Amino acid sequence: MGVFHKHESEPGFWKPPKGFMCMTESTHQQVRTPAPQWSNEQVLLDGLRIGNEEAFAYLLDAYYGQLLRVAMSHVPSRAVAEEVVQETWQGVLESLPRFEGRSSLKTWLFRILTNRAKTRGKRESRYESMDSEEGESEGWTDPDRFIPGGGLQGHWRVQPTPWDDLTPERLLLSKESRRLIQIAIDALPPVQRQVMMLRDIEDVDANEVCNLLDITETNQRVLLHRARTKVRCAIDAQLSETDKNE
Amino acid sequence: MTPKEIKGEMMHLMAGNMSCQELTELITEYLEGTMPMVQRIRFQIHLGLCLGCRNHLHQMKLTIQTLGKLPVEPMPPAIRAEMLHRFRNWKKE
Repeated sequence: MGVFHKHESEPGFWKPPKGFMCMTESTHQQVRTPAPQWSNEQVLLDGLRIGNEEAFAYLLDAYYGQLLRVAMSHVPSRAVAEEVVQETWQGVLESLPRFEGRSSLKTWLFRILTNRAKTRGKRESRYESMDSEEGESEGWTDPDRFIPGGGLQGHWRVQPTPWDDLTPERLLLSKESRRLIQIAIDALPPVQRQVMMLRDIEDVDANEVCNLLDITETNQRVLLHRARTKVRCAIDAQLSETDKNE
Repeated sequence: MTPKEIKGEMMHLMAGNMSCQELTELITEYLEGTMPMVQRIRFQIHLGLCLGCRNHLHQMKLTIQTLGKLPVEPMPPAIRAEMLHRFRNWKKE
């Protein structure tokens, strides 16, 4: 049925469909889902400051999952990560009056979370393995895939085959693939995992990641490179396994 | 030298003296846009000549895309209720 049907009793009069421009006063009461205005950060912050519960609920729903997985990249268990996230909400409420909105809301949340997670991580001694990570940054990332000497030194042993453009969607549809990718991420050394989490999973920019994790730009790039190389390898293994079964 | 090795050697020279292994090490720097101009040109010449490396670069991009699309889990209702309860208390203070 077309939207532009005419009202039966009044020829030529256009009747708006239900929900059309739902912010207008007449249909306002029908809106049940959280009002869309919260997606505007300034509106959301103002709402939080005056104690609007709907604004806080929006904040929880929008950021809980992200905060939880970032926390899990810092601390050894889910239970501790949950606590860190709860402390973060607390921290958000406490520092709300001082937040000037110079950074994005997401950056601000991640800063509060990372500070708390670091404190917890140190206490739970997840930062110990930093040394092994530095040792790892020597030498080639993926040496087994290349010819080690002779005229073809540094060439592919086996040329990489193309992946389908829909690989991400296909992988993420499968519960087993998601699980295997998660295992590969969890197996990364802590700081590699933290960098990958923020850069590739949460889409935080490189500078901000350096600030959050207190690492240099070069270090950030090396850690990210190593993490991506390993996850690529895990996906590749997963794809050839699927091919074998088909 | 076998013909394959000669081809490899030629490739290497033409591809700005960058091996496939070196290229893979530089991929993140390339994608980050932090690579110096001259190296960037060498990188792109190699890429233009080498299907294996093109495939590898594409795989890396798809890996990053996959990571960016990992779903988040929803908030457990009990925790949500608890947080809203705390918010109400915070509001009263």
